[in-house]
Amino acid sequence: MDSTANGPAQNATDAGTDTSESLPPSLPRQPNSCSDRESDPTPEERPPPLPPRPNTLRLLDEGGASLRTARPGAPTTLQSRATTAVSLTDIGCHDAGKENHVVREASETLRAKASLNHLTSSRGSETGDTASIRSSVPQGDLGDVENVFGDFVATDTGPIRKHSTGLLQFPEFRADDVEDDFASEFEPVGDVDEEGEHEEQVLERWKAKRKHYLILSAAGKPIWTRHGDGGLISTYIGVIQTIISFYEGSKDPLRSFSAGDTKFVIVTKGPLYLVAISRLLESDTQLKLQLEALYMQILSTLTLPSLTHLFSVRPSTDLKRPLQGSETLLSTLADSFTKGSPSTLLSALECLKIRKSHRQAINNTLLKTKVSSLLYGLVVAGGRLVNVVRPKKHSLHPGDLQLLFNMIFEAEAVKAGGGESWIPVCLPGFNSSGYLYMYVSFLDLRGEGNTADDTTTKEESVAIVLISANKESFFELQDMRNAFVEQMEKNGSIKIIKEAVDRGRPNTTDIVPGTVLHHFLYKSRANVQFTMSSYNHEFSTISRRRRLMSTYNNLHASIHAKHTHVKVHHCVSQSSSSFAWVTPMFELYCVAGANANRNALAQSASKIIEWVRQEEERLFIIGGAVF
Amino acid sequence: MATRAAAGARPGARFAQFKLVLLGESAVGKSSLVLRFVKDQFDDYRESTIGAAFLTQTISLDESTTVKFEIWDTAGQERYKSLAPMYYRNANCAVVVYDITQASSLDKAKSWVKELQRQANENIVIALAGNKLDLVTENPDKRAIPTADAEAYAREAGLLFFETSAKTSSNVRELFTAIAKKLPLDQAGPRNLRAAPRPGVDLRPEAPGTQGAGACNC
Repeated sequence: MDSTANGPAQNATDAGTDTSESLPPSLPRQPNSCSDRESDPTPEERPPPLPPRPNTLRLLDEGGASLRTARPGAPTTLQSRATTAVSLTDIGCHDAGKENHVVREASETLRAKASLNHLTSSRGSETGDTASIRSSVPQGDLGDVENVFGDFVATDTGPIRKHSTGLLQFPEFRADDVEDDFASEFEPVGDVDEEGEHEEQVLERWKAKRKHYLILSAAGKPIWTRHGDGGLISTYIGVIQTIISFYEGSKDPLRSFSAGDTKFVIVTKGPLYLVAISRLLESDTQLKLQLEALYMQILSTLTLPSLTHLFSVRPSTDLKRPLQGSETLLSTLADSFTKGSPSTLLSALECLKIRKSHRQAINNTLLKTKVSSLLYGLVVAGGRLVNVVRPKKHSLHPGDLQLLFNMIFEAEAVKAGGGESWIPVCLPGFNSSGYLYMYVSFLDLRGEGNTADDTTTKEESVAIVLISANKESFFELQDMRNAFVEQMEKNGSIKIIKEAVDRGRPNTTDIVPGTVLHHFLYKSRANVQFTMSSYNHEFSTISRRRRLMSTYNNLHASIHAKHTHVKVHHCVSQSSSSFAWVTPMFELYCVAGANANRNALAQSASKIIEWVRQEEERLFIIGGAVF
Repeated sequence: MATRAAAGARPGARFAQFKLVLLGESAVGKSSLVLRFVKDQFDDYRESTIGAAFLTQTISLDESTTVKFEIWDTAGQERYKSLAPMYYRNANCAVVVYDITQASSLDKAKSWVKELQRQANENIVIALAGNKLDLVTENPDKRAIPTADAEAYAREAGLLFFETSAKTSSNVRELFTAIAKKLPLDQAGPRNLRAAPRPGVDLRPEAPGTQGAGACNC
């Protein structure tokens, strides 16, 4: 409701602020949305002139285009006075509290016992507010809604509640000794045949999915759904549209509601309604960010003016056709959220770890071979940024890069083309009103030739991405790419990238020998970048990884909840103990086994911090190269 | 595209480079045809092309003649339509693809042919390819466009014509070879877009249907 009101003020703030992290906490970050860009000229046909950007020298501006709302409690409200360093609080419960009265009551009992009221009191009120389903929807009477959805929301909450130990009810993903069907989450539900025979079955499978995304037009036309097709779910689309319109009509848009342990989050963007339905214990904020990323993907395909135009000419426009062929981009993006993406959670980028001097050498090669039409030049290894060059006045937006990386590394479509690609793409964080043109080619790190073969895995593929505002510049950029790659062959940079890719991410035990930690995420706030340990062994399966990400989601939600004053947060659950540590410089999240000793956990955490400090200039791109 | 002696080759060897563009409705198999031709690969399930892909392939016409194709494989979706002129503007040849099991895809192909004949290089060699021949071989009922109809249209419009299957690779190589044979090997043209950018409005007179006699190679 207030999301767009902040736009202009916030842009102004960004322009004057060096590090976006120092924004006052009262100004929640909003992704760039339509109304932020009213000042932009909106030519519809021509590629837009490069708009003025905040004059920032930072590599990655977390500014207006960031994919998340800033953690509201950060950093100015972080109190420097002593806190109960490692605390066994019920903070992790707050999500569950929103969803379930029983859990909340349990946690309240504990809260009293924990005598950490100074920590929890401010949150307590929030939990209290949101704990009731009714009040989590502004002025909504949810009784009806719940009934309407009663028949399709699966109410079996399964092992999560049954395994109660009387300890804290930490909401977590299914225990993984229960062999889990999460892998089937991504399988197609199948088609209903012409006689409609299998409809029951297909619908069953559809309902069994734990995560749904639906995009529909305000007029009620289905646009895209992750599972099933418009025909299969048209009745549900109708119901959802009716509910949303009801609240729209009363000028008080519906933002979220829960039914059992199923959470519904709605984002309205102009003529589009985006709906996320999740049984994966994600917070409202997290789901909202995911929906906003999907909206960015739609803008990236169509641009904002053409989207607006389509619906202003004909409000009942069927957007499926203009979006044709980009459905896979939406699906892979959605699946990366469902699988759990550290990048999205932290709204930060991961870089390939190489020596500073090596990175410098690649930067210099890029700058040396740069052609006049180049806007951004990137080297990306399996979704990890190796290098970036950019004009002084234009920064890159993590949200835009997320879309690009999704397109290049997840969606396969670019790679399947088998050659070099030339792709018109709108980067909404950069300028939502027009297209840029992107040259992409993959490096072959194995063989002789310079193009990757099809057996290269996602993690191993290295892409050269050259972006220009000139749609005729393919051959110019192709020349640049050839010169650049040739130089890199000569100065050994290709070999360096290959070695770094082969090395992969470190195990926690490589960093801290004998540590109890299984995994960690470290975000450098100033650089808007993160690093993490390898998923090896412990998190090799998709469901285990999902569980890890759910743990991180909870930690992140607790520590960034409104009005928290938490710097350090320790949480023990059935299957893991986890630990978060937040300072103005960094955020560290780590996970160990269920019975890990608290001190050992804390000690390992400080060793990780120490390691990152030592390796900082290798782990992160600091400054980056500008021209 | 200048015809030139390839380095190290026998005297008298000819090497020519041509720009080729693939056009046609989405999901008719443009990328599959190209990947069969360039890499001799085929996937039953293929994601839609995003934007356009640029590939090259070299073929030998005879002992002394080598032809290199620079291929633009374009995406078929409506929203990319406005970019098409960029790809066909300097093309020496075009393959317009339709799906023999989808009647509407031939209409789309015809409109591409029309556009090429009006807007593209006046000497452009156009081939019409009816793809997915394998589906019809398996199940003749699936055919939506009779060979004779498409062939008659191709003759009338002066196009090369083949029914192809990227899956079985039937007629794929033949298609590209026929194009190469029809291209004027001795005639120099703009080497590529870089050498001769032609900005803005093209004031050359239209070349309506000056497509030669239109030998049909079937």
